[in-house]
Amino acid sequence: MDLILEGLRKAFYLIFTLDREVLGITLLSLQVSGTATLISLFIGISVGTAVALSKFPGRQLVVSLINTGMGLPPVVVGLFVTIFLWRNGPLGFLEILYTPTAIILAQAVIATPIVTGITLASIQNLPANLRLQILALGATRVQMVWLLVKEARLPLLAAVMAGFGGIISEVGASIMVGGNIRGYSRVLTTATVMETGRGNFDVAIALSVILMLLAFIVNAILTQIQQRERPR
Amino acid sequence: MKRELRKVLGLALVAAVFLIGIALPACAAGPAQKNLILATTTSTQDSGLLDVLIPMFEKKTGYFVKTIAVGSGQAMAMGQKGEADVLLVHSPDAEKKFMAEGYGVNRLIVMHNDYIIIGPPADPAAIKGGSSTLEAFKKIAAAGSLFMSRGDNSGTHAKEQGIWKAAGIKPEGQKWYQQTGLGMGQTLNVAAEKKGYTLADRGTWLSLQKNLGLPILKEGDSILLNVYHVIGVNPAKWPKVNADGAKAFSDFMLSGETQGIVKTFGVEKYGGALFFPDAGKPEYE
Repeated sequence: MDLILEGLRKAFYLIFTLDREVLGITLLSLQVSGTATLISLFIGISVGTAVALSKFPGRQLVVSLINTGMGLPPVVVGLFVTIFLWRNGPLGFLEILYTPTAIILAQAVIATPIVTGITLASIQNLPANLRLQILALGATRVQMVWLLVKEARLPLLAAVMAGFGGIISEVGASIMVGGNIRGYSRVLTTATVMETGRGNFDVAIALSVILMLLAFIVNAILTQIQQRERPR
Repeated sequence: MKRELRKVLGLALVAAVFLIGIALPACAAGPAQKNLILATTTSTQDSGLLDVLIPMFEKKTGYFVKTIAVGSGQAMAMGQKGEADVLLVHSPDAEKKFMAEGYGVNRLIVMHNDYIIIGPPADPAAIKGGSSTLEAFKKIAAAGSLFMSRGDNSGTHAKEQGIWKAAGIKPEGQKWYQQTGLGMGQTLNVAAEKKGYTLADRGTWLSLQKNLGLPILKEGDSILLNVYHVIGVNPAKWPKVNADGAKAFSDFMLSGETQGIVKTFGVEKYGGALFFPDAGKPEYE
């Protein structure tokens, strides 16, 4: 119990004294996971909407694959991204292994199926007549898709939260592809693992508290946006 | 309707700029050869030694060091694949094999400390005060007392396996023998929690000691010596290896100034040195 209290005290100390290293780690976590979420939104919403609105042979299989991907284990992603990014691997020429960019890549791979799956489900859940109605009013295809996505914006915000929440708290892939390099690719989760290994439990607890605060703040903002207008 | 579309495109543009803004500095780590990948053991990172030495080296030479702290076994595996430039490891037998197979160049002795056997204060296998390390291991096996092994092919794990072999015991699969598959710091924490014995390097134990409650039960045997070497990865095998950086790092590790820091590192905080400098000394074998 003393340890937890001491950890909390340490957390407040680190936050309020704006400890440079912790601040850097926190900002990097936010940047990396934020960027990865944006990428996953871009791909996920496009693919999810496309699959939701089209019919093609093998569609069932694609949907199953996307849904399976929603539970993609981060360590598996980490392992494969590492192997691909090795100097002598297929993508070695990019020279991004053990950089924040590599973490963004791995996290985007983890979050994209989550966003895709939720998008797919929410677009499909819209009333079927809505499409016909929009088209009947003379909308072009692009406008129709845009209106549908807009109509599904509330569940899509849930996709943002699920994607972001999944990767900001992820450690397996980040440590493998980022390498937990001090002042460079160390994020909140990998720093927590390291400090635990070093027996600095107070610092580890402090980092966890900061991580949870960060997740809470981001989700609170998104929830605020989501709940501002209730669905009709 | 058109305006809506424009708004979306605008948003997408802002997002794209944001992305590029982040991705660019991340990529701009300088020219490729400025990056130096150091694959090392958890003990050098967990003890905090590298946090002192690496910034010094970077300032002095302008290289950017990517320290990947894994077990010695994995560090050498990275070297074998040309995925690291320089290694700082402590697994002599595996290192010799690594050199013999032509994966490394310039294997040089850097420093040493020693391994210790630690365990619960109650000492259920009664190893304290025993004559040798082998005897201690035999007693642990005979008593069936819980022993936590790293189980991760690290230098410490290799040493531990060597001692079991010398004692003529096959611990794998025994109920009292558990493998954590974790680094030294975490394995010590597991051993403390489960009240088990384990083999640890003195540096990591000293730096964690305050929370552990696991005293030293056996130390000071010649078999418990723990020697660290720096090895460059052979650029003839892997052309992408940063050989100049590796050379600079090994020169730095063996320099008088660095060796002086190694000697005093941790003395103030832990009341004893964590590592003993060995540059230029003959091999221990």
